[in-house]
Amino acid sequence: MMRFWKTGLPVAAGVLLGASQAWVSQARAANDSLTMGMILEPPHLDPTAGAAAAIDEVVYANVFEGLTRIDRNGEVLPALARSWDISGDGLTYTFHLADGVTFHDGAAFDASDVVFSLHRAMAEDSVNAQKQIFGAIDKVETLDAGTVVITLKQPAGNLLFNLGWGDAVIVDPASAEGNKQTPIGTGPFAFDRWVSGDRIELSKNPNYWGQPMALETATFKFIPDPAAAAAAILSGGVDAFANFPAAELVPQLEADPRLTVIIGSTEGETILSTNNAAEPFNDLRVRQAIAHALDRRAIIDGLFGYGTPIGTHFAPHHPAYLDLVDLYEYDPRKAKALLAEAGHPEGFKATLRLPPPAYARRGGEIVAAQLAEIGIELELIPVEWAQWLDQVFRNTDYDLTIVSHTEPFDIGIYGRDDYYFNYHGPAFKALLAELNESTDQDKRYELLGKMQRLIAEDAVNGYLFQLAKLGVWNKDLEGLWHNSPVQANDLTGVYWKR
Amino acid sequence: MAARGGVMGLIVLGSRSRAFVIGGAISAFFLAIALIALVWTPHSVFEMAIEDRMQGPSWDHLLGTDQFGRDLLSMLMVGASNSIGVAVVAVGVGLAFGLPLGGLAAARRGWIDELVMRFNDFAFAFPALLSAVMITAVFGPGGVNSIIAIGIFNVPVFARVTRGGALVLWQREYVLAARMAGRGNARITLEHILPNIASLLIVQGTIQFALGILAEAGLSYLGLGTQPPLPSWGKMLAEAQTMLYLAPQLAILPGLAIMLTVLGLNLLGDGLRDLLDPRLRQAR
Repeated sequence: MMRFWKTGLPVAAGVLLGASQAWVSQARAANDSLTMGMILEPPHLDPTAGAAAAIDEVVYANVFEGLTRIDRNGEVLPALARSWDISGDGLTYTFHLADGVTFHDGAAFDASDVVFSLHRAMAEDSVNAQKQIFGAIDKVETLDAGTVVITLKQPAGNLLFNLGWGDAVIVDPASAEGNKQTPIGTGPFAFDRWVSGDRIELSKNPNYWGQPMALETATFKFIPDPAAAAAAILSGGVDAFANFPAAELVPQLEADPRLTVIIGSTEGETILSTNNAAEPFNDLRVRQAIAHALDRRAIIDGLFGYGTPIGTHFAPHHPAYLDLVDLYEYDPRKAKALLAEAGHPEGFKATLRLPPPAYARRGGEIVAAQLAEIGIELELIPVEWAQWLDQVFRNTDYDLTIVSHTEPFDIGIYGRDDYYFNYHGPAFKALLAELNESTDQDKRYELLGKMQRLIAEDAVNGYLFQLAKLGVWNKDLEGLWHNSPVQANDLTGVYWKR
Repeated sequence: MAARGGVMGLIVLGSRSRAFVIGGAISAFFLAIALIALVWTPHSVFEMAIEDRMQGPSWDHLLGTDQFGRDLLSMLMVGASNSIGVAVVAVGVGLAFGLPLGGLAAARRGWIDELVMRFNDFAFAFPALLSAVMITAVFGPGGVNSIIAIGIFNVPVFARVTRGGALVLWQREYVLAARMAGRGNARITLEHILPNIASLLIVQGTIQFALGILAEAGLSYLGLGTQPPLPSWGKMLAEAQTMLYLAPQLAILPGLAIMLTVLGLNLLGDGLRDLLDPRLRQAR
């Protein structure tokens, strides 16, 4: 019986998979279309009005463009602004815009669209999810139809990078309100249709101002279930998964000669987000107890091992990263002592809300088991993505949740009073203000180090691991990103080798 | 009636039906496991040991460990008591509502009968599992809601069986005699009708029990039934899907457990029907 488990079944499974190989070649009729699988469906498609990474993963660089763009290596490249001049004091940026650009609906693009888009994002009543990236901007003015001048309140070293975010894309005043359902941008792909719950289709923009694309059509297909995702990529129903959801299948996918598997890095700090305003998590000792109770190695191994442990909210591949993994070492006894000190010697009950990705659902079970060892009994509540955004992110009606923060360089969220951690740290805000004003690299790194240490010491959240990017795609496909410096599935450089 | 012969009589009779013996043995085996799991399991099902995950069988873990290093045997045992518990309560809910409704319909006839039976038709029109999915989707996933959902689709089944069995009996002379003696509907139903349709209900109950286990596994598989960290067969099966290549036993064992339990209960139901139905008995 046991021998059969060990050898017979994988063989049987292999035969089945082999059979599916036979019709994969038929599945892809033309070599100018791409079907990309995604775990999560975006709530809408306006990147200037939502925090969900899935929005950018569909539209960034494909449908919408900004003044600058961020490439696969995290570097800033010209986009709608073909070049720029920076004044000597670093306060005035003059952008020279591309010629002959039109929006997908035929409207012409000029400097007034840039002014409109940035003013809309910065406005008092703006619904932009990353408003802080425009914080340094004082004025946006047109010089002529092809030139925009941005004046800053203080020098900001990362302005060009920030303008490359999906949240800073340029929209047309006439169509801006409809972008949630029918996104209209200047990008190389135009929005075709959205079959809710299933897929979004894009097609090549024939009037694109830049280099023409190799792909005629691109489809983003939403497959939340890991087993279905595996079936889709193995059968050829989906050509690529930029973020494959089932790490346990990587050895099997790597062994498949039809597929390329690339394990890269993301900007995703995966954390046990904690409602710092809710009882009893408003007590530092309780949060420290949780930090001591988390065994990151076990969590990463339980998720089949491609993450990097982190001790604070910062990407390990960033030069300013501070390794604080051992600040609160795994020590359940210390954790129990801290809980007792905080007045919970027997522990307490709380809820843990889990969005759909495997790192959350599966990781949540492991976290719950680890916290159970120090007496914290967690009720696991699976939530859909829209529910999560509404209950947890918007209304901060939660105790604990697990989520990956995939925005690049986003430690600034700890300075926001309205952010769902409910962390109100004056010391952090002071450091953040100082950081925003300094342009000297060494000084900035020093400040970033202090900020990382501060939130780690305050144990604002349980810091788990940096999410790895498991890219799986057809071996004939070229040009997909290996790492995710920003949330994007940039298809501009993608083509079929044959 | 076999039921009147008591348990011993049933066993003596039972040895005449192979389906009854095999089905009974399998069902008793899983019932025993479920009962043992209530008080004892080899390991705690909440204890993870990630470093020991996906191990093969050993003396410490007779059936190996799952993807979190939990003991598979313990999880299957707790899964058995979960499944069986849900199915028992669901059958209970079905009986508790279906029996009075069916009995009332048969006793009163007329518009009450029409009302109950048309409502029954309405409930039957929805595929059972689909309505269970709907109920758990509306009221939220969880063990209690899945019991309610599975119980609700048992109600019309028992109502129909009760009414069908009772209608024939209401024409019998002894019932007419009881009525002439001044007995009320409720009293007649309790004293004369129920004992005579008990065998029907027992057979139907066994079948619904098997369906309940299948439905619980289905709901848990979809993430709508028993919630983690409590193990359930359906959920174990769902999670093992992507690990089929690494550790096929994680899917095979809960799959076998579901299959055997349902098979056992169906055999038991068949056997019981053969034994309890006088017409079939004579035909033999």
